Amino acid sequence: MEKEEVLSLSPMQLDALREIGNIGAGNAATALSQIINRKIDMSVPRLNILPLSEVPDVVGGADTMVAGVYLRVFGPAPSSILFLLPRDSAFSLVDMAMGRENGTTEVLNAMDESALMEIGNILAGSFLNALSYFTKMTLLPSLPALAMDMAGAILSVILIQLGQVGDYALVIETEFATEANDVRGHFFLIPDPGSLGVILNTLGVNE
Amino acid sequence: MPELIKVGMADLKAGKNPDSIISYGLGSCVGIALYDPQTKVGGLAHIMLPDSTQARATDNKAKFADTALPVLLDEVLALGGSRSRLTAKIAGGSQMFSFAQATDVMRIGDRNAEAVRAVLKSMSIRLVAEDVGGNYGRTVELLLDSGAFLIKTVNKGENRL
Repeated sequence: MEKEEVLSLSPMQLDALREIGNIGAGNAATALSQIINRKIDMSVPRLNILPLSEVPDVVGGADTMVAGVYLRVFGPAPSSILFLLPRDSAFSLVDMAMGRENGTTEVLNAMDESALMEIGNILAGSFLNALSYFTKMTLLPSLPALAMDMAGAILSVILIQLGQVGDYALVIETEFATEANDVRGHFFLIPDPGSLGVILNTLGVNE
Repeated sequence: MPELIKVGMADLKAGKNPDSIISYGLGSCVGIALYDPQTKVGGLAHIMLPDSTQARATDNKAKFADTALPVLLDEVLALGGSRSRLTAKIAGGSQMFSFAQATDVMRIGDRNAEAVRAVLKSMSIRLVAEDVGGNYGRTVELLLDSGAFLIKTVNKGENRL
């Protein structure tokens, strides 16, 4: 059987992908910082090639409670974007976005849910702007969808799609945090099977 | 000391009384528990996809409904289970995100549950209880002392099959 695409990436290809992740995530962090009017620290994006079953460990395990904003990316390189926050971070983020005192929110109402989805939308849009710029491709996000549940259950949506063609996921992942560390989050870009090759081609690093 | 045996995504394990087998955070995946009440042995599979013949990467048998069940059955029989006494309980198969333009990809939970039922039927294993569908995640645990299948959720409480 042919070796899995994600396992045969060259160091140069990995570098190119990491750099895109870096700039995309930087854009997204700037957008987030503007929404909540706070300084945001961002980790250097990690480019991980993980067995599918280990992806939930990135956010603390399959039974960790998280809020997830999920968007599909349409265009020549269909992908999925997932913005995951621990439950408490999601509440703090909503408090900041809605101008409430931190610690107010304990349950999300419909307006809070809209706010979270909109934040996910803005982050995804700013990330995709960078990706579109580098690849000269038009990449458009779907409407966002929100779920508040166990990380394993939320991630399964993406992992199942990848599972049809392989046992590994290429995960471009960045961690965000405010200075007070009251909002932390993970931003995932997971290219669909086949999309990785398209991205590498447009970057000119597909040998 | 009873042991808690963990089953990851696209994974399966068998065990015997007094241990229990747990799998965390099932979304669209389906957890399949087989149990023999007389010898108190059983097994749990956490499948991701309905059909190995539709997929390109099929090395991991535990990933698909059609290939995981025969392997799980063998492991349960190897621990002393009797095929004629085995019953099955299943849980999972939810749709975590709802989109206006729901595609086949989004309905994978339903398709997983349907596939599991069909495979159990073809193997003549009786399906005695199920907790499937909805839009929420489940953690499932098979208690091998009683055969009870516990389902824990975040907002929908606990269910005992």
